[in-house]
Amino acid sequence: MAETATHTDHAADHGHHSSTGLSNNKLAMWLFLGSECLLFGGLISTYMLYRGRVQDGPHPSQIYDIPFTSVSSFVLLMSSLTMVLAVTSAQRDDDARTNLWLTITALLGATFVGGQVYEFTTFYREGLGFTTSLFSSSFYSLTGFHGVHVSVGVIMLLSTMGIIKRNKITGNKSEVVELVGLYWHFVDIVWIVIFTLIYLIPS
Amino acid sequence: MSTETQSQSHDHGMSDAGYIKIALILAAITALEVSTYYVDFGPLFMPSLMIMMVVKFVMVVSYFMHLKFDSKIFSFLFYTGLGLALFVYIVALATFKFFIA
Amino acid sequence: MAIIERPSSEVATPAVVAPSQALGAIRRPVATKGWREWLFTVDHKKIGIMYGVVAMVFFIVGGVEALLIRLQLALPDGRILSADQYNQMFTMHATTMIFLFAMPMAGAFANYFLPLQIGARDVAFPRLNALSLWLLVAGGLILNASWFLGGAADGGWFMYAPNSGPVFSPSNGVDFWVLGLQIAGIASLIGSINLIVTVLNMRAPGMTLMKMPVFTWMILVVQFLLVFSLPVITVALVLLMFQRSYGATFFDVSQGADPLLWQHLFWIFGHPEVYVLILPGFGIISEVLPTFSRKPLFGYPFVVFSGASIGLVGFGVWAHHMFAAGLGPVSVAVFSISTMAIAIPTGVKIFNWLLTMWGGKIWYTTAMKFAIGLVVLFTIGGLSGVTHSVAPSDTQQTDTYYIVAHFHYVLFGGMVFGLFSGFYYWWPKVFGKLLNEKLGSWNFWFMVIGMNLTFGPMHILGLQGQPRRMYVWTEARAGEGLFNFGFWNMVSSIGSFILAIGVLFFLINVVITARNGKQAPADPWDARTLEWLATSPPKEHNFDRIPVVHHLDEFFHRKYEEDPNTHTMRQIATGEELIRAEEAAADSDIHLPGPSYWPLVLAIGIGVLGLGVVYGTPVMVFGAAVVLLASFGWVLEPSVPEAIDYASPDGDGHSKEIATHG
Repeated sequence: MAETATHTDHAADHGHHSSTGLSNNKLAMWLFLGSECLLFGGLISTYMLYRGRVQDGPHPSQIYDIPFTSVSSFVLLMSSLTMVLAVTSAQRDDDARTNLWLTITALLGATFVGGQVYEFTTFYREGLGFTTSLFSSSFYSLTGFHGVHVSVGVIMLLSTMGIIKRNKITGNKSEVVELVGLYWHFVDIVWIVIFTLIYLIPS
Repeated sequence: MSTETQSQSHDHGMSDAGYIKIALILAAITALEVSTYYVDFGPLFMPSLMIMMVVKFVMVVSYFMHLKFDSKIFSFLFYTGLGLALFVYIVALATFKFFIA
Repeated sequence: MAIIERPSSEVATPAVVAPSQALGAIRRPVATKGWREWLFTVDHKKIGIMYGVVAMVFFIVGGVEALLIRLQLALPDGRILSADQYNQMFTMHATTMIFLFAMPMAGAFANYFLPLQIGARDVAFPRLNALSLWLLVAGGLILNASWFLGGAADGGWFMYAPNSGPVFSPSNGVDFWVLGLQIAGIASLIGSINLIVTVLNMRAPGMTLMKMPVFTWMILVVQFLLVFSLPVITVALVLLMFQRSYGATFFDVSQGADPLLWQHLFWIFGHPEVYVLILPGFGIISEVLPTFSRKPLFGYPFVVFSGASIGLVGFGVWAHHMFAAGLGPVSVAVFSISTMAIAIPTGVKIFNWLLTMWGGKIWYTTAMKFAIGLVVLFTIGGLSGVTHSVAPSDTQQTDTYYIVAHFHYVLFGGMVFGLFSGFYYWWPKVFGKLLNEKLGSWNFWFMVIGMNLTFGPMHILGLQGQPRRMYVWTEARAGEGLFNFGFWNMVSSIGSFILAIGVLFFLINVVITARNGKQAPADPWDARTLEWLATSPPKEHNFDRIPVVHHLDEFFHRKYEEDPNTHTMRQIATGEELIRAEEAAADSDIHLPGPSYWPLVLAIGIGVLGLGVVYGTPVMVFGAAVVLLASFGWVLEPSVPEAIDYASPDGDGHSKEIATHG
């Protein structure tokens, strides 16, 4: 009975023999993203239920700045492109290009978060606090959760850049970038849904 | 039933130029979406927005996230989650009579 | 994320292994003895045992809470517990039993046996496995700390809002409940991802999905249920936390909120959760029944597919917990039908188990008794469940003791009996000793009689009109005649103490076995699945040689083959012989993950971060800092070994390197 043995050559890549032929980490990431659909679905549903319930404070139509949010949506969308380019650069083993695209992605992501912060503070000044109404609580919870996810993504991008620079990725470098990319794109597609359902469809 | 793990993504089917093209399409759709704020789409408003949202979503998942070219197992894991989310939340909202105009 | 560690080759004694340098900054924990061996381990077997110990402790805590409830209700005008204390008691009893006993105990079995059953050496992400354990401990401590910090949660385990909001539940009890569950939920989510990837990717060569043991299959379905249902309760808990701690109005009716939002979010999680609770027990008896019937499981594909169907349809029935909430006739009808539908795959399993035993040569070990007990008692519980699915009938039953009877039959008679079956079945494999069968018999009979005396009368009490969550009953309400509230409540309370004695027998059995038990043979039950191809207890690396699988019930088929003339099975090897053959052909280069500080540190950080919600921003900031530190430490911990070998602790001359998949 031939044994597909674990092997001694660690200088090569991890060469894991997996029953599916797929990477453990990638399976884990897709599972995680599948479960995140249910997380954001819950927050989006709460918003959809409560968006017309404005006991106090401004109504969505009175407060949303569609042109502004459109620009920041575009920024996040483009960051997905730069993320993909980072992944392909990593797959070509081009550290310099990978670094460049990761930097740009992080910058675009930070810009998006900055835009969110600006939006929140503007809304707050215009009378929409977290506890003002059901609409406001739901809005801030949903977009706040999303913003935190983007921020965590930016941290992951910067950390990835850091460990690539220090040559501390011992396993599959392009896979790490790819996995960060999957997370990043997910955050983008959640925003695609949020932008349409929350901003563009008036309540 | 063991095979070597593919450390590289296999046949992309997508060059950098291809990704840029996808991004341009996505940008165009986004512009069209935003235009619904300025232009009156009439009864087409809701359906076209929903379609555009879904198209963008699926495009990013299939191309940028490479799901179209990767093993079907990944698609199963992700779309099961998405499907369950859509199902439970639409049903829950329905009990709130959310979809009744 | 394999952790690779290669201790120095100069070490002569196998007991202590020299540290390797991790970035030159922090050394990895390397003590292989003592409490540190357990605190920093990433070995699935040790983690499984720790899960089991933690779960057992909470079983006793939850059991004491139950006994207090039964004492209070034994007589009219009970004065053991005040109304407020009673509310805390039933809330914590349920929460503890579900989240701190049942799920972790199933986790103990899954952690220990899933890798062994699929022929693997560990799970896909060993450090994440440890993290899940320590997060559970953190969550359980936070939840139960509430007893000492102003009162426990008192809104029922389903914590309906707005009752659970700040106005009606002003103490910190609910806050600790929210935090404890959130943290335990993260533990389970991480664990579910871990085990799914393990099953998908780490099966032994030749083990297709349809050659996996049923226990592994049921655990796999459970993990899918968890990975997709936990985020929903996460949302519910977050909304409640925002309301309680930050002034949001999600469940404030005066602000226009709808209380049904909580109910939907909770039960969309809560219903799959009950299948999370029962399927491991189903999986365990699907191993036990064939073994002690000396027959293969009847209809393996049906058992597998019905398990998967239960998982899937389980996402479509949640509003049957809301039949009396005012959903309207359409919603009620739809969910009534889906609830009836889910009885079908469950029934399929019952028939498969019965047909497994039919015509078999039954060996009445304690494990087998508990397994048969599950089949009978779960059927009773399932039948009352079917009566609940009929919405008009449920309107009478809901919020009465009839419901309490139903879920205790399926949970205690089902899940707990399944777990106890697993204890007696697998104890020799885990600890190398057989639990005493005579004590096991006492354990079983006291539990069966106690359980039926406790929960059987509750059907009657419910139909007589005793509501749930009622801290006291009076003579005036007790009804006419001899067989009224008074009679049945007393029977139930006596039954609960008989049940408790049964559990005590188990604990005595454990202690006596630890002290006096003889070394068990490697294959005491002549079992069928791969975990029995390991020694008792298994070596640290599980299998000397990763087995190549050709059959379902591979281990059985290596011991028995079919005689072509008589068409009966004849034995060609014993379990011991097979294990010795494996030792002779052992792999020369075996990789195992190394221990790590970071799972424990990260769990502590997350716990502190959560406590910041109750105790203020400085605490939160400190917790976040620890989380950040631990995350970076974890990620930067080397995953590739340095080029040194060491003599194996087993002294068998084979080098034991470290590396698993991922």
